Amino acid sequence: MNFPILSSLILLPTIGALFIFFVRTSNSQYQSSKHVALFITLANFFLSLYLWIVFDKSIVDFQFVEEREWISGFVNYKVGVDGISILFILLTTFITPICVITVNATIKNRLKDFLIAILILETFMIGVFCSLDLVVFYLFFEAGLIPMFLIIGIWGGERRVYSAFKFFLYTLLGSVLMLVAIISIYWITGTTDVIKLYELGIDAKYQNLLWLAFFSSFAVKTPMWPVHTWLPDAHVEAPTAGSVLLAAILLKMAGYGFIRFSLGLFPDASLYFVPLVYTLSLIAIIYTSLVALMQEDMKKLIAYSSVAHMGFVTLGIFTMTQQGIEGSIFQMISHGLVSAALFLCVGVVYDRLHTRLINRYGGLVSIMPKYAIVFMVFTLGALGLPGTSGFIGEFLVLMGTFKKNVLVATIASLGVILGAAYMLWLYKRIIFGKLINEDVKKMVDLKRFEIVTLWLLVLPIIFFGFYPEPLINSIEVSVANMIDMNDLDKINKLALGE
Amino acid sequence: MENLQLIIPELFISIMIMFLLIFGVFKKNSSQLVYNLTTVSLVAALALIINLDTQIQSSLFNNSYNIDSLARFMKILLILSGIFVMLSSSKYIQISKISKIEYPILILCSILGMMVMISSNDLIVFYMGLELQSLALYVLASFNRDNLLSTESGLKYFVLSALSSGLLLYGCSLIYGFSETTNFNQIMINTKEIEYGLTFGIVFILVGLAFKISAVPFHMWAPDVYQGSPTSVTVFFALLPKIAALTVFIRFLYIPFYELGDQWQMIIIFLSIASMVFGAIAAIGQKNLKRLIAYSSISHMGYALAGLSTGTIQGVQSSITYITIYLVMNLAFFSCLFMLKRNNEYYENIDDLSGLSKNHPLLSLSLLVVLFSLAGIPPLAGFFAKFYIFVAVINEKMYFLAIVGLLATVIAAFYYLRIIKIIYFDPEKERFESKHNLGLKFTLVASTFFILAYFIYPSGIVDIISQININ
Repeated sequence: MNFPILSSLILLPTIGALFIFFVRTSNSQYQSSKHVALFITLANFFLSLYLWIVFDKSIVDFQFVEEREWISGFVNYKVGVDGISILFILLTTFITPICVITVNATIKNRLKDFLIAILILETFMIGVFCSLDLVVFYLFFEAGLIPMFLIIGIWGGERRVYSAFKFFLYTLLGSVLMLVAIISIYWITGTTDVIKLYELGIDAKYQNLLWLAFFSSFAVKTPMWPVHTWLPDAHVEAPTAGSVLLAAILLKMAGYGFIRFSLGLFPDASLYFVPLVYTLSLIAIIYTSLVALMQEDMKKLIAYSSVAHMGFVTLGIFTMTQQGIEGSIFQMISHGLVSAALFLCVGVVYDRLHTRLINRYGGLVSIMPKYAIVFMVFTLGALGLPGTSGFIGEFLVLMGTFKKNVLVATIASLGVILGAAYMLWLYKRIIFGKLINEDVKKMVDLKRFEIVTLWLLVLPIIFFGFYPEPLINSIEVSVANMIDMNDLDKINKLALGE
Repeated sequence: MENLQLIIPELFISIMIMFLLIFGVFKKNSSQLVYNLTTVSLVAALALIINLDTQIQSSLFNNSYNIDSLARFMKILLILSGIFVMLSSSKYIQISKISKIEYPILILCSILGMMVMISSNDLIVFYMGLELQSLALYVLASFNRDNLLSTESGLKYFVLSALSSGLLLYGCSLIYGFSETTNFNQIMINTKEIEYGLTFGIVFILVGLAFKISAVPFHMWAPDVYQGSPTSVTVFFALLPKIAALTVFIRFLYIPFYELGDQWQMIIIFLSIASMVFGAIAAIGQKNLKRLIAYSSISHMGYALAGLSTGTIQGVQSSITYITIYLVMNLAFFSCLFMLKRNNEYYENIDDLSGLSKNHPLLSLSLLVVLFSLAGIPPLAGFFAKFYIFVAVINEKMYFLAIVGLLATVIAAFYYLRIIKIIYFDPEKERFESKHNLGLKFTLVASTFFILAYFIYPSGIVDIISQININ
């Protein structure tokens, strides 16, 4: 088993991008570069599926570890997966081909460049989820800014320049402190290798500052209240495929970072800062849900709902219980699927009517019945109806929170109700109601490729809603190990005075 | 006599200067030929340097001239940059009608001066080299004498640079007065005790050197000179004098003044922070690309100084890595600038780049790579340059410097992004010419490839630089 499967996963999209870049195509042959991109991303998906099947879910260690010297005597290129990261890789490779399929309708100019940007972005995203060295992680984490900046800036809407700048500078500002922290960790412990750091541990007296430095980066990326304001702008202006990638995967990098680095490396500091995270998460859940209620732009509404959902994720992670962390991971995967689907749904109607204002729609159910059905599934998934994947995640998070703090859990539960309110109201205003806008009557129902992409997302949402076992199975051992390894339970009990 | 073997490259360049001068005067219309011969002689000088035995670490001429690993590496860097500058700007000087025989010869003189600076181990030798390079640069800056801006920049550079040379010389005389010697090693031995006069001497010398690498607050000349000079001279200004001045900086701080670290460390930290922050902020409002790159290079010099301020060999090595990558990035940037040509006219305003990506996708792609690299975004070479600096700085627990430096990169990212925005997001304008000479294309492709592919094998340069030792 010497085949470097993870490096292949990382490199394959870049090779595809180079291929598209160097093969000259005239304008009429755009389709061919799309086929190449689709082929590459699908190959990557099957490769990661194979990885998931071969992956031994009962072992706590990192698997498929590859290590080679990179910056001599300092940083090694090291990648590997455990039960947590493999799911995110799978999510990435699953969402990217869907984005590639949708480009036809949304991207009118420079399709080739767009595909290259998406493929390069996929490389960086997979890299983030499997890097086992802090410097390598930082490299991939930051590098993702470049293609996303271009995707928003070149193919975005009217205020794309403002949004692209805001996105780039916010995230960069958040991340620079993380770099200082990473280098400090190197000088404190002598390594940036995550596995070795897990074994060595970091002296408690350094942990708080280092935790804050990592937090500044992840909080912006998550995004947590009050640094979430870049997200609605970026989502509104980005093209559909960009919004999908942003919501489904880029936001998850931060959640993944919280679990892998904040909890894993700084358990004492994580515990110390629990009240801070609880507060910010609760504000995010309640406040952004209320904000979402008032939105008139569909994409903005979904963007704010993303902030609220990510509030559940951070809440769950910092309960530091088995259920809480599992629930957060589940919620991230589920939100990855649901939010991707919702943005695609918005894209579908936007391509037809060229507006995202909710009040321009209404009565779609009689014009686009097929659309109404899939949109309903996603709406229910977003509000966490039992039977959809959204429910499992929120339920586990709330269960974990109840174990720790009943008040926090109660307030967070309010968020579920608000979530139902804004999602159902959105659905009502778009799908039901009177047909007032004449243009809406001319809209055609879903085309074939739209049906394919949307149903591809419906299936896992329903499937994992009824049968979450495969996902839970995959993360169970790793999460339990994470909790054991850092004695999170013991620390918890001490804190509770038991 | 056997000492002479070690300075063959310098001797060769001196002989070529004299030969080309005579050749150019006696043969009519030979400017292009002289230019090409200059390039060839630089290549030959490079071969001579590489050919020297690497093991030799010796001091020549009564210990006043050093041939060591630092000098060797910096000279290779210097001459390589010189060759690429010559290759990329040959077309420019023809079109701008400054193709005269003096031009390449002045460049050679200046390079010779820098080589002397790099190797100097004595105050007087150092000053000799400095003046040789500066005098040639004054003339080069105002070479386009019919152009008002060029003349102005030459004069401005002359006045301010002469002032700084004066300060430097005064510092040297103070040092000599208090240490009774002009030899660097001897100064270190004789200055174990701190005296006020000595501190003044150090300050004057540092101010003079800060002038040469345009560190804030001694940067005033840089934007005007960068903008006013012909672009072919600007690229020369942006690359070569920086190498020489940084080497001299390293030599001064780490040989004669090494024991007096407490005296100069705060000064260097101040210069570094001021340059990083000021360079980043002042560049935001610029409209001219050359002026913008002047501020950007001020900011970059701040990072290089941050490495020096640590007082460790690791810091010095990180600065050398930084300057190496900085050179490549600037070379790539100026190559792009040389390509913005339409009807025998060069364009240098940021607005001229508007919508470049639609008409010139490859050129815009290399600009994109260069600009993101200058901003220090991974995985491009510019990130690694900054990374090494911060590794060295944080190792010395200088967190304040590191955090200010990183925040300055965020500010700097803004103006680099602004250029990218204009290239990629804005409506297109008229096409530029797409035919360029081979040397320019080669320079651009090679430097862009270096920036892009650096992350694949970052150890290569670091390994070479980690061999460099200062006594």
